[in-house]
Amino acid sequence: MSTVATYPKDSFLSGGWDLKSWLLTKDHKRIGILYLLSISAMFVLGGLYAGLIRWNLLVPDGSHMSADTYNKAFTAHGVIMVFFFLIPSIPAVLGNFLIPLMIGAKDLAFPKLNLLSWYLYVLGAAITLYALLAGGLDTGWTFYTPYSTVFAQSNVEIAAIGIFVAGFSSILTGLNFIVTIHKMRAPGMTWFRMPLFVWAHYATAIIQVLGTPVIAITILLVALERIFHFGFFDPNRGGDPILFQHLFWFYSHPAVYIMILPSMGVISELITCFSRKRIFGYSFIAMSSLAIAAIGFLVWAHHMFVSGMAVYSAMVFSALTYLVAIPSAIKTFNWAATLYKGSISWATPMIYVFCFLGLFLIGGLTGLFLGNLGTDVHLTDTYFVVAHFHYIMVGGAIMGYLGGIHFWWPKITGRRYSEAWSRLSAVLIFVGFNLTFFPQFMLGYLGMPRRYHVYPEEFQVLNVLSTAGATVLGFGYLFPSFYLVYSLFKGEPAGDNPWGAKGLEWTTTSPPPTENFHQIPVVTEEPYDYAKAPKEKDAV
Amino acid sequence: MTAHAPGGPAHPAPAGGHPGSARASEALQHQFTDLQQQKEATTLGMWVFIAQEVLFFGGLFAAYAVYRNMYPAAFSAGSHHLSWKIGFANTLVLIGSSFTMAMAVHSAAIGKKKRIVAFLLATVLLGSVFLGVKYFEYGEKIRPCSGDGPYAGCLVPGERFDASAVHLEGDEGRHAQIYFSLYFGMTGLHALHMIIGMPIILGIAFMAWRGRYSPEYHSPVELVGLYWHFVDIIWIFLFPLLYLIGAH
Repeated sequence: MSTVATYPKDSFLSGGWDLKSWLLTKDHKRIGILYLLSISAMFVLGGLYAGLIRWNLLVPDGSHMSADTYNKAFTAHGVIMVFFFLIPSIPAVLGNFLIPLMIGAKDLAFPKLNLLSWYLYVLGAAITLYALLAGGLDTGWTFYTPYSTVFAQSNVEIAAIGIFVAGFSSILTGLNFIVTIHKMRAPGMTWFRMPLFVWAHYATAIIQVLGTPVIAITILLVALERIFHFGFFDPNRGGDPILFQHLFWFYSHPAVYIMILPSMGVISELITCFSRKRIFGYSFIAMSSLAIAAIGFLVWAHHMFVSGMAVYSAMVFSALTYLVAIPSAIKTFNWAATLYKGSISWATPMIYVFCFLGLFLIGGLTGLFLGNLGTDVHLTDTYFVVAHFHYIMVGGAIMGYLGGIHFWWPKITGRRYSEAWSRLSAVLIFVGFNLTFFPQFMLGYLGMPRRYHVYPEEFQVLNVLSTAGATVLGFGYLFPSFYLVYSLFKGEPAGDNPWGAKGLEWTTTSPPPTENFHQIPVVTEEPYDYAKAPKEKDAV
Repeated sequence: MTAHAPGGPAHPAPAGGHPGSARASEALQHQFTDLQQQKEATTLGMWVFIAQEVLFFGGLFAAYAVYRNMYPAAFSAGSHHLSWKIGFANTLVLIGSSFTMAMAVHSAAIGKKKRIVAFLLATVLLGSVFLGVKYFEYGEKIRPCSGDGPYAGCLVPGERFDASAVHLEGDEGRHAQIYFSLYFGMTGLHALHMIIGMPIILGIAFMAWRGRYSPEYHSPVELVGLYWHFVDIIWIFLFPLLYLIGAH
């Protein structure tokens, strides 16, 4: 390693800062940054709505806002966070930026399509935000019929069209990844030399391509039913609301894996780097991603155990739900084995890895309570469910996202951020997160239903704790926007490989040149051969 | 982990290495190493796109299967208000357009410029005939009730739907609305796919006329062909499912 890292003269960022060079770019790295900015804006907005929810629940009598406003706030929170933050988060930002770099390609297979998917995302977000801000939406993010089709007076059809458009953004991103991974790998980059991050995105892309069109058509039918008074799900005319739920969850359950699989991919990269050890069980981790994608398509009806399904089909779906826990456990055990006798360092990304491991464990195990027919009847539609999926989506997906952002930030920007501030923020996020959501497990177990505007007084203590936690969590999330932006101007140049990590992305400059590599790399080794890795430059 | 290939990035000559394929190398986009890679990638991309289309229509087909199983009588009665003869004729028109499309792809592979253009235009013409027929079929169902004739109006689901037009009463009359919702939903979405496809075919015909394609490079013709065949296959399923329920 050279002594002092310098900032490269020639990079994808040096191509200019005028608006045109960004809005018409076909460079996957610039498009990744466009996504980073847009999903961060949506995250802030979704977070503000979460704040409104927690503010209302500070008091039992719902005196802080009307029931109608509350319904619109939790719907907006769900719609924004699910469709406009979590689904695109890691794939569209980190996947976009890193997949071509990791497999030694100059770009994704279809750069124009990549730009188009960003525009579709922005268009979908604009339409949906119009629906949310001009009158609002009160169906919950699940759009259950017949409420959404017959009774709701809010902007259901506009929001439906917005989500429809954004869905195609996700489909095209997945399509681009599948083709890129199949056809754009550098010489020597065989399937089993690919980083696990790429495997995870391959599995994710399959879900995006095969799952998303189903919610697209479903939500289109809801819009058609409202606009033209067609009767797809209207019980008055013999339509079946349960059919809507089946179609909705056929996508929306696998969508959970769109959120968590990329995060698992990030964790695999980080844990092996900061343990200075070859990953344990490479092929098991790779194949378990595919297994999650496959089995994940067969478990959707566990969201509907109390909706009036046949008991036998409920039993089958319950059993299949247990099956999907197996590949998740395979990953977790392999990560734990990777840590064993590793030389572990506590850089910020690694703190997020440990956050992920603990929180995903709790989130995953409480999922078994909900996949079990007996306990699910008691817990359905309570705060236990809310706590469970936040442990997966915030504790799992967002922790992985933040870990990944911190790990690859020096590569993306060529600058190092403040290690002290980033560690502080990671700890705040961890504490705030647990304080917010652990009390919700208790509330749910005690029987507090979700989505209610008021609640009995005996639940107030736990609700106040949760709101206090949300405040800490909110501050924790604010920190990175300051120290990361600060690093852009004042951060030290990162050098090509500040973590001493393996992987093709670390062999090029930081930030990488527009063509990614000055020479197309030829791969001769397995990934994660940390036995031969250079030492981490600045021990942290 | 890596070594660098000696002699800089590999830029082999375009596949086949025809000396006369200057136009083909112009078509090579910067992210690909050679035309072969580009062709494989774009073809795989189209197949993946078709896979998502299958799932997109799949939601509707699933709904169809559920409801037809629940309300067989209403579906049969509704189906009797479509003309299977018109539907069959339209099926032939569409199969014909698939044939002309296949001929266009073949002409591109052997480098017959004029024939590519002619066959693509024929495909668009046949597609227009199909949509024209569809227009009259829809019009018949949308117009106000005439009260007589085998194919009376008032068959658009909603408040103006008149169950007596399909000679059904009570529950079955309401269930027939589900049949017609699916009829309009499925055929409408199919027609929309044709409406999107036709301008693209015209654009590719224009590029063919300008001489952009050669036996080495004609992926766009092949890809739009794949799309068009897919849209036709959807109709091959829609025709019996919607028009041929029960013996007419």
